[in-house]
Amino acid sequence: MKKFFFARLLQAAVVAIVVGALCFVLMRVLPGDVAMRIAAGRYGPDARIAEAAEKVRLELGLERPIAMQFIEWLGSLARFDLGHSLVTGRAVAHELQVQLGASVWLAAAALLLSLLIGPIVGLFGGLKPGGVADRVCLMGAVTFRAIPPFVMGLILMLVFSRQLGWLPPAGFGSPREILLPALTLALGLAAMSSRVTRNAVAAVARAPYFAFARYKGLSEPVAVRRHGLRNAAIPVVSYLGLQAIYLIEGVVVVESLFAYPGIGHALVHAIVERDIPMVQGTALIMGLMFVAIGAAVDLVTLWLDPRVRRTA
Amino acid sequence: MRKTLALGASLSVSSAYAVVLKVAGPWEISGIEPAQTGYVFSRLQVAETLVTTDKVGGLVPGLAENWSVSDDGLAWTFTLRANAVFHDGTPVTAETAAASLNRALAGVGVLSQAPIAEIASDGSDVRIRLTKPFSALPAYLVHFSAIILAPSSFDGAGKITQIVGSGPYKIKRLTPPARLELEGSGNWWGGKPGIEQVSYLAVGQGETRALMAESGEADLVFSMLPVSVDRLKANPNLDVRIATIPRTRILKVNAASPFFDQIEERRAISAAIDRIGITKVILRNADLAATQLFPPAMKGWNLPDVRPLGRNVEKAKELLAAAGWVPGSDGILEKDGKRFSVTMLTYSSWPELPPIATALQAQLRQVGIEAKVSVGNSSEIPARHKDGSLEMGLISRLYSIVPDPVGTLLQDYGAGGSDWGSMGWDNKEMQDIVEKLAATSDANVRAPLQTRAVEILQQELPSIPVTWSELAIVSSKRITGVEVDPLEVNYGLSSIRWAE
Repeated sequence: MKKFFFARLLQAAVVAIVVGALCFVLMRVLPGDVAMRIAAGRYGPDARIAEAAEKVRLELGLERPIAMQFIEWLGSLARFDLGHSLVTGRAVAHELQVQLGASVWLAAAALLLSLLIGPIVGLFGGLKPGGVADRVCLMGAVTFRAIPPFVMGLILMLVFSRQLGWLPPAGFGSPREILLPALTLALGLAAMSSRVTRNAVAAVARAPYFAFARYKGLSEPVAVRRHGLRNAAIPVVSYLGLQAIYLIEGVVVVESLFAYPGIGHALVHAIVERDIPMVQGTALIMGLMFVAIGAAVDLVTLWLDPRVRRTA
Repeated sequence: MRKTLALGASLSVSSAYAVVLKVAGPWEISGIEPAQTGYVFSRLQVAETLVTTDKVGGLVPGLAENWSVSDDGLAWTFTLRANAVFHDGTPVTAETAAASLNRALAGVGVLSQAPIAEIASDGSDVRIRLTKPFSALPAYLVHFSAIILAPSSFDGAGKITQIVGSGPYKIKRLTPPARLELEGSGNWWGGKPGIEQVSYLAVGQGETRALMAESGEADLVFSMLPVSVDRLKANPNLDVRIATIPRTRILKVNAASPFFDQIEERRAISAAIDRIGITKVILRNADLAATQLFPPAMKGWNLPDVRPLGRNVEKAKELLAAAGWVPGSDGILEKDGKRFSVTMLTYSSWPELPPIATALQAQLRQVGIEAKVSVGNSSEIPARHKDGSLEMGLISRLYSIVPDPVGTLLQDYGAGGSDWGSMGWDNKEMQDIVEKLAATSDANVRAPLQTRAVEILQQELPSIPVTWSELAIVSSKRITGVEVDPLEVNYGLSSIRWAE
């Protein structure tokens, strides 16, 4: 186990340096003047941007050699200081706390909702592959997967906000406001996880050990509980790890549609405005989260599957 | 507020609204520097300026009760209200006001563009000394970058850490970039606001804002998209108010380039544009077709007698032929072996600009001009102006950055042009007129100068007007007292009340 943690820590350190360097280089080679972009981000398009850009250039020392700026960033990182946003002036760590916090809540709510829908639907489909339930689930999964998130979001808004008046179409800070964006994401996720679960359950149901459980006279629910769930859960847990990563990096559209201040939205703004410390900080935290999610998936898999534990 | 919201979830929807006035608009609060997002704090009446405007754009007292200028036009005196108090309980003094203004002067706000030599306090007066007469000075003080903040807004190094203003509302909680929660300050010189609690949410997507109004989740929603307005007008629970605002979408052309260096070429471009078609289809309001640079709401700047710009494809072709352009083998015009092929740069900060650019592309093609549309960041326009590589840009230009359009004209049509103004167009008469307008506040002297300025812009077309703009505001019938401020200086939240 010690080896496992050491390997993951090393992975995290490599991710930090590679992501930081890549972001720095990419932001510098993108077309467009950095100071102009920052000035437009700060003062809006109606300002005298060229004049503001000169002040920004002086204030931020953008004329200094690029290598020096990067070494400074590495030095700050070693002191766990992510620097300050060039646009808002606030500490990157503080910005991330607010926006990443919002995203994590949204991702958690979406995953939870998708878990309430996808695996349960998949379980019913997988127990009798090719049956009516399986075919209905397949149709549902194809439909929900095919609808893009922004269309799904608008449909949910029209139904739950405009027609029924139950939930607000935008905002953040309370359970009422998180439900619609979380459901938008959850339906797409559940569409996929229901199929992964269905296939895992079908494979388990065909397995000799499951047949033996039935043969020895266990009832269906008991056989599923004792011999089915744990085995079927292994691929589902791995898939959930992938979904968590997708959620953290890929919810920009949903965040923008529901005016939800998440990390995806922040990253897009930071890239457009060439807010290099924000981009570096955001990408770094996202990279570290991917490492953490990978580690968590491995740990859960180890717990679920004693065979892997013995060889680990 | 979190408690209020959580409570709102368990209570009936209508009772939750009885507490907080919910406002939604497209503007994110990216920082707290006044030059950056001061407009949020001034529009929502958190902070105030010395001078402000009424609903028709006239200058009226803000924190300054009155003002005057010396005979030589070089010394301005602004006398402060005696009863104005900051949200932290300290009085608004001439010293604090002068300190705030000096800070704004050193920054990138509009004050740095006025000929200010010194800002100082004298008793209850703020005195501003100029290097040359400048009649528009009070209008410059209306700008949101000139809001007056209490000393407790700054840390020891002069860095702004919080907004402590003097308006009817104080900040209860700010969650950048999306939410601002306000409550009545309790000590505003103008009295108690009609509604004590206000919550502002930044909602970038226009369709989401419309749904917030329709679902009753917002009481006051700003900047509705043209496609939503008809649907919202039909909703019996909502009121829709529309005002034309001093903002024009223009084609900024490089008048020094071989494509636009002759007046005939710029007039031909103008004649090729189907403004009515664009405004009808994209903006859903044909009245927004810009027949001249300034919209009708800008009194004295919109001239009813000027010959309106309109579409005439044949005339456009004739003008281009007169300028020496002849159709090439593929129908695109050529002169001296050079094709009339230009890049039209625009940006998506205003969502209607890219579709308008595409319509213009098709219309210019009809007269033999190839315009390649490029959608980038708004900063590309000033950047390409600066390095001289801009050929043509479709932009949205605001003429009330300060309430006196002279402020914007000084920037746009002065010598050498500017980021958002003319490029490669030097007109000495125009420069003289703008300088004279800046120096005098006598309406009788200004009127003929304004008329001549508009005529020159209409004849020479250094910027080619395409459409005017409007601001659509939707309010719920639960509230009364909503007014549209076409200059977007102050939304007058303190005058809004719950309907009986």
